[in-house]
Amino acid sequence: MSTHAQGHEGGTHGHEEGLIHGDGPHGTLKDYLTGFILSVILTAIPFWLVMGDVSWSNQTIAFVIVAFAAVQMVVHMVYFLHMTPKSEDGWTLTSLVFTLILVVITLAGSLWVMYHMDSNMMPRHEASQPL
Amino acid sequence: MGHALTTEQAAARTLFYQADEHDHEAGGSTLLGFWIYLMSDCLVFAVLFATYGVVGGNYAAGPGPKDLFDLSLVALNTTMLLLSSMTYGFAMLSSYRNKVAATQAWLVVTGLFGAAFLAIELYEFAHMIHEGATPQRSAFLSAFFTLVGTHGLHVTFGIVWLITLLVQIGKHGLNRANARRLACLSLFWHFLDVIWIGVFTFVYLMGMLR
Repeated sequence: MSTHAQGHEGGTHGHEEGLIHGDGPHGTLKDYLTGFILSVILTAIPFWLVMGDVSWSNQTIAFVIVAFAAVQMVVHMVYFLHMTPKSEDGWTLTSLVFTLILVVITLAGSLWVMYHMDSNMMPRHEASQPL
Repeated sequence: MGHALTTEQAAARTLFYQADEHDHEAGGSTLLGFWIYLMSDCLVFAVLFATYGVVGGNYAAGPGPKDLFDLSLVALNTTMLLLSSMTYGFAMLSSYRNKVAATQAWLVVTGLFGAAFLAIELYEFAHMIHEGATPQRSAFLSAFFTLVGTHGLHVTFGIVWLITLLVQIGKHGLNRANARRLACLSLFWHFLDVIWIGVFTFVYLMGMLR
């Protein structure tokens, strides 16, 4: 992958030309094709696991498809969004990591708290029972 | 007036910062700013995913995922979005080489894939609502329509932006401002595809496993 990013400390503007072509790091044809093929594989397998007759337990399948989703997200970040630890002097990665921390707290926190609320506070009854 | 320094005295002091602001070109920090907007958008989706995760099992004796979702339709939709992500990449590659017509052509293809995605999604929604699975039916359906609908709304605005950009490029060519806008929309478009990975995995595939 080629990054045209230059440190801002450089001061002098060798990146005059780079700006015309957009400021961000550039992807190549190979990047996009690699990303596409990997994404197709990483999408097809989870769909097949759920749609096809796979004898695994639902829990195992759920675990595997979440893992595939996580890998595919990284593939998109690298091959489509061209993220490198160096892009924008590292600020894109810093903000991404910060956001991911917030996302994990939001998701894990909500599910954890609400699950316990549910099992501790709610009277157990069948939802299908007539009122 | 002991603290008034002459210029020589000031220069003799060690400077720990750049005295002169080095010039930033117009829009030089737009991409990073746009990235930070996308991160905040990510939090919006995180909250919608969390809501879906909490109430996604509350069917209120109504239809559940297995009654409603058609995975082959979702697979088709995923393909549309993935193809549009790749063709947007091709538009970017053409723009680096200053090929205006090729950039426009790839953008049109991207827009068509995006429109196909939306059409399939709207068909799915219409089908569900026709069967009585409206957003009001259950907490599961409210959360489902909010999450998937918000993503669809983003794609809609992405297409509006894409058309606007096509007009801009047609009028002014691939000048600096348009190249910057193209790069921002590229981030937006690929970001929507990343969110969609979460949607088809957590909502559709895991819904069928329940």
